[in-house]
Amino acid sequence: MSRLAVPKTYKLFIGGAFPRSESGRTYEVRAADGGFLANAAKASRKDARDAVVAARGAVAGWAGATAYNRGQVLYRIAELLEGRRAQFVAEIEEAEGLTRAQAGAQVDEAVDRWVWYAGWADKFAQAAGNANPVAGPYFNISVPEPTGVVAIVAPQDSSLVGFVSAVAPALVAGNAVVVVASERFPLSAISLAEVLATSDVPKGVVNVLTGSPAEIAPWLASHADVNALDLVGAGELDWVDLEIAAADTLKRVLRPEPGPDAAAPALDRIAAFTETKTVWHTKSLR
Amino acid sequence: MSGTSLVTARERALAVLGGEPDDATLRRYLHGIAGVDAVGLEQRAAGLGTRSIKTSSKKWALDRIISLIDLTTLEGADTPGKVRSLVAKAMNPDPADATTPRVAAVCVYGDMVPYAVDALGPVHGDPDDGLISVAAVATAFPSGRSSLEIKLADTAEAVANGADEIDMVIDRGAFLAGRYGLVFDQIAAVKEACRRPDGTSASLKVILETGELVTYDNVRRASWLSILAGGDFIKTSTGKVQPAATLPVTLLMLEVVRDWHLMTGQRIGVKPAGGIRASKDAIKYLVTVAETVGEEWLQPHLFRFGASSLLNDVLLQRQKMATGHYSGPDYVTID
Repeated sequence: MSRLAVPKTYKLFIGGAFPRSESGRTYEVRAADGGFLANAAKASRKDARDAVVAARGAVAGWAGATAYNRGQVLYRIAELLEGRRAQFVAEIEEAEGLTRAQAGAQVDEAVDRWVWYAGWADKFAQAAGNANPVAGPYFNISVPEPTGVVAIVAPQDSSLVGFVSAVAPALVAGNAVVVVASERFPLSAISLAEVLATSDVPKGVVNVLTGSPAEIAPWLASHADVNALDLVGAGELDWVDLEIAAADTLKRVLRPEPGPDAAAPALDRIAAFTETKTVWHTKSLR
Repeated sequence: MSGTSLVTARERALAVLGGEPDDATLRRYLHGIAGVDAVGLEQRAAGLGTRSIKTSSKKWALDRIISLIDLTTLEGADTPGKVRSLVAKAMNPDPADATTPRVAAVCVYGDMVPYAVDALGPVHGDPDDGLISVAAVATAFPSGRSSLEIKLADTAEAVANGADEIDMVIDRGAFLAGRYGLVFDQIAAVKEACRRPDGTSASLKVILETGELVTYDNVRRASWLSILAGGDFIKTSTGKVQPAATLPVTLLMLEVVRDWHLMTGQRIGVKPAGGIRASKDAIKYLVTVAETVGEEWLQPHLFRFGASSLLNDVLLQRQKMATGHYSGPDYVTID
């Protein structure tokens, strides 16, 4: 006797919980061969709003954690990801229609990128910060500080690597993120959210929305409580309008990057979502 | 604003009770009131909370909520400066939008009343005229644990300093012990202390502290008792005890107010206070008021929200409706 198939219904990841979409909508996720894979939640603008509230609440704690601690937490994600390697390989294999070896290589790349970014957490400030020479008896020190809440449209043609490459660098400096996953390949993103939920990442630091980026991204771009917008996966959208909407509230914006090398690991991606704070301090009182 | 005349209030109470308001008579009367169907009450409240209020109705509701707010600061750390900034916010809640209405009143501790009156200046007055009242908590707020003399002195001082409204707390210990006559006499005495030399009287809000009354039956009895003793408003909570205002409790108090109005023709106000932080929740209260006692009650002399953080959420919602995109806490004041 064959077992009954147990198709999974994937939900959103907001504030450390897995709610259904407020709208009650779902959409079918199809495999590369057209077969049914799972149902995923189709997030609405109100889910995006709730995610921003959750992210805003998490910024102070995450940004306030020591860089060393953030590095450990991010490294722990890589450990858990490695531990659930088989699940991710199977998901990517089905969703993208790759061979097991190709899917495995993708998961390896995603884990390696987490580790790479985790390592930068307590080194980035040294690389990006500076002690500036000034004409007076003062220390003049510039340090990078997190921008705040970053909304990300993840690369649309990749399950896991694109998602990881967009999210990890924003987390390194202490930002909280609201990320719209790939519409076609959302399952690895939510599986990664399950990894995040059982890791040490404080709730609300990463919020994952699945559904239509074309529908959700404009609300995030115009949201006054979002500080930065990463449009890396928004190449198919009307991203110029998104950039214009973001300008109203002076958000930092990263433009779309096409192709398989989108969001390749780089210090610039960490620096993109930091603000430079410069402080003066007297050198000594003699 | 003038409260109800004392003589008629007492006469009315005597007529309703059929005797002097002592422990025995009040006990017979209050315990003769039918018990509350708790499941039915909560279901009714939940049902009223499901109404969908959108677009122009929502816009109306948001503005109305602001004009019904008692903007409150009741902290041990209050200073004259904090009260002045509260008053500035009460007068001009959203500096970026001149169409924003003013709140109904500011609610402060008795010793802060002079600073509030001073900061309001010509804006101090009746909310019906678009002005802002000053409400003061009195009678050893929030516990109410002190002698009657001190409670009366506390009240008289706030009134003398210019408070238009007095928020008193009942003696929950005495109420729960069944000493209804004592609670009645204290409310009546505080009501007397609300009188000004010119014969007018500050409006009296009676705080039941429903979180300490334990049962819905007790809330209903305390509501009747407070109204009989001459309260102009019945208020759910001090905000210092959890649970504070809930929709079922407010619905229950509104039902008492409705019954009293049918019985005597007198209109009593209701003020839920504490724990109402979101516009969405506040709109549920408006629906409940309109459906229970009628839209007529949605005016500052008959319904208030005791709130502080609610105002910011309403302002964010207003900004969202005006601009079409979500706003954020950076666009309202930090209180």
